[in-house]
Amino acid sequence: MSAATLPAPALPPALPKERKHLTYWLGAAAVAAALIVVLRLIGNEYGWYAGYFVLQYVVLAAAWNILGGYAGYVNFGAAGFMATGSYTAVVLNEAFGFDVLPGILGAAVVAGLLGLGTGYLTLRLRGVYFSIATLCLSVVLQTLVVNWDYVGGSRGAYIIRPRSVPPFLSYGEYIFVVMLVLAVIAVGIGRTVEMSRLGRGLQAIRDNERAAEAVGVPTLRLKLIATTLSGALMGVAGAPLPFYAGYINPEGAFNLAYAVNCIAMPLIGGAGTWLGPVIGAVLLATLQQAATVTISSALNLWIVGWMLVLFVALAPRGILGWFRRR
Amino acid sequence: MDPDLSLLLNGIVSGLLLGGLYAAAASGLAVSFGMLDIVNIAHPVLMVAAGFFVVLVGTALGLDPLLVAVLQAPLFYVLGIGLYTAYNYFFERRGDEALQGLAFFFGVMFIIEVGLVLLFGPEQRFLDPDYAFVTWRLGEIDVPLRMLIPALLAMASIGALYWFLQRTFTGLAIAAVAQDPEALRLMAVDPVRIKRIAFGISVALASIAGGALVVVQPIDPSTHNVFIGRVFAICIMGGMASLPGCILAAFLFGVVENLTATFYGPSWAPAVAFGWLLLVLAVRPQGLFGRAA
Amino acid sequence: MSGREILLRAEAVGKRFGGFTALQGIDLELRAGERLGLIGPNGSGKSTFVNCISGDFAAHDGQVTLAGKPLAGLKPHRRARLGLARTFQLPQPFTSLSVLENVRVPLLFSGEAAEASRRALDCLEQVELAGKADKLPKELTQVEQRRLELARAIALRPQLLIADEAMAGLSHAEVDQIIALLLRLNAAGTAVIMIEHIMRAVTAFAERLIVFVAGRKIADGPPQAVLALREVEDAYLGKQ
Repeated sequence: MSAATLPAPALPPALPKERKHLTYWLGAAAVAAALIVVLRLIGNEYGWYAGYFVLQYVVLAAAWNILGGYAGYVNFGAAGFMATGSYTAVVLNEAFGFDVLPGILGAAVVAGLLGLGTGYLTLRLRGVYFSIATLCLSVVLQTLVVNWDYVGGSRGAYIIRPRSVPPFLSYGEYIFVVMLVLAVIAVGIGRTVEMSRLGRGLQAIRDNERAAEAVGVPTLRLKLIATTLSGALMGVAGAPLPFYAGYINPEGAFNLAYAVNCIAMPLIGGAGTWLGPVIGAVLLATLQQAATVTISSALNLWIVGWMLVLFVALAPRGILGWFRRR
Repeated sequence: MDPDLSLLLNGIVSGLLLGGLYAAAASGLAVSFGMLDIVNIAHPVLMVAAGFFVVLVGTALGLDPLLVAVLQAPLFYVLGIGLYTAYNYFFERRGDEALQGLAFFFGVMFIIEVGLVLLFGPEQRFLDPDYAFVTWRLGEIDVPLRMLIPALLAMASIGALYWFLQRTFTGLAIAAVAQDPEALRLMAVDPVRIKRIAFGISVALASIAGGALVVVQPIDPSTHNVFIGRVFAICIMGGMASLPGCILAAFLFGVVENLTATFYGPSWAPAVAFGWLLLVLAVRPQGLFGRAA
Repeated sequence: MSGREILLRAEAVGKRFGGFTALQGIDLELRAGERLGLIGPNGSGKSTFVNCISGDFAAHDGQVTLAGKPLAGLKPHRRARLGLARTFQLPQPFTSLSVLENVRVPLLFSGEAAEASRRALDCLEQVELAGKADKLPKELTQVEQRRLELARAIALRPQLLIADEAMAGLSHAEVDQIIALLLRLNAAGTAVIMIEHIMRAVTAFAERLIVFVAGRKIADGPPQAVLALREVEDAYLGKQ
């Protein structure tokens, strides 16, 4: 044995964790402020809407990544969780006249509980059962909403929104800024998970669940925390949607595009890293936003599907994987 | 007869016939998911794609949809071989089947669904053979041939599959690959080759199920969505790798779903699938007819 | 030895799979700090027994207590935190985490999170892997992967370590390394159950030996006496 002759390895420098977190929040705030300034300078209402579209996917991808990327549990039902958020906001608006911000809180609670419930029923089994359950979840939730007259059934529901919310120049800017803040928070939560013991535990589960349990990792509890957190954030991503569009119907809320993008974006950017979903979401959402002008939306989604398949086959660790050793 | 009783009996009979269609759809999955442990969530969309080609070819040549489905099954077998080869090469071999492999089948499912929209448009398609409009009356019970003939074809093809699995060397090897790949290696059989054949068979069954589907109902590219919950619920309920279990579960499921639709309205039928799936997973993950692990 | 208290007590432990009885009526008492060897032919129920104790099989007949505390209904991670550690027949590292992170994982969840990095390195030093702390598990040799598995178990500060064929496939010298390691761990107070096919290792290590055949315990006592028994020779050694 040669260990005695090896130099004692230095411990990794004690992590100044607070400073690393501070750096993220300050950096994110700076990027966010810069985005607002640039879009104001452009001064086109379409800019806010396009920006909202991209940021909504940043939140969704970051949310999916918490369970899918770190723990390796695939959620196919992102559209269902997101629509739960949208319709929670609609119901709160209809019943109590709540605006978008309380709607977001309510959406987080309801979608989080939905995640917890689905997880509780299926996560004690192999991961594929959770995936299959989430795959059906969207279909069933859509059935429920279509049959629910209070939220307009299949005709959909309208939301009367204020023309503008001072100090913002337009409602478009307001809802953009709301989504921007949500995106910063969602990515920040993902990053905090990654750096915490929760993240380490989830990674251990992804690598080898049985071994994780054997060395004292409370696997079921961590998975439930992750499902709840992930579901809540997806609900949050959906809550502003009816305010953004002024209208929502089941077909739009349960759109196929959400389910495929939520999986494609983290995997293409680099699942299991906090930055990967951001890269994937910005890249894919921008491409789709640009492409809708020139090609049909079906063709657009078809390309996303192909990108997903090609990436998981040829670059299983995503774009970030090209730059990192592990 | 009491009208409620008559409604109930008719509900049960047409539920059983519906179960025949579900058995066709789920039996292929019992091979891929049950025996090979490959979570092919694209199976229902492959069935719908088969249905579209049945409509296309059947209409152009004036052939019976079920005949077309059987004739095109070899093509789907080849398609299945191709799919499995890609899956094995990129995922199974690397040990990446959990996250990336699932995402792969999701991507395939998505590409096929959207591809059908691009090719055929989102509208409903149908191809009704003459017997689709014939209904046999047995007392107060209606037996529509639209449901009976596809169910009979389903039973015949599952019977053939059962015979194949029990009586041929390759079939026995497929059953063995599920339990003990090591034993296969000792028999000098390449497990990858066996799995390729089995997966091809499962996709060929999707073709036959697609033909049955076209006779029973009009289809559109998103039809597969409601079938995902159904076929996985049936497959798990049936005990995964067991064909008799799969058929029993399919009949039971068809009856329950049909009675729900009769008494509560058809729009609640998809919720039945999901409710059953969750119930099975939460209470008896080894299936209704499976043995405890 | 009789002065030491009972650490693990198994009473009438049994396990059936469908119609097949894998394990039946196993009684066992293990004292704190004891070195026990468990041998038996393939399929004799050794690993089944380990899985019943570790909690991997939730349901089994009979009962198991650790330091007087019944383990029934406790999940594996709860048992691990009570000081019951195990290794697997095939090393099961966390493949995407570095060697150091592999050992940090148990520490993060056992109330030693603040000290995790330092203690993880301690554990790696005990198995002489500290020099490879930054490597990925797949970059380790087989014996190093076995030692990593042991380091991860040591991190739990176990009262009892179950080493399930920790030496399968290793060379003569490597087997000696692992035995020395287990002896050091035992000297520090950890009781060890060694499940092993390599008789040389068992006789060098164990102070007591039990033998399983076809799911039953057929012998229990000092190694030399047990190995001299006719039944053991017939049922086990004769077939090797």
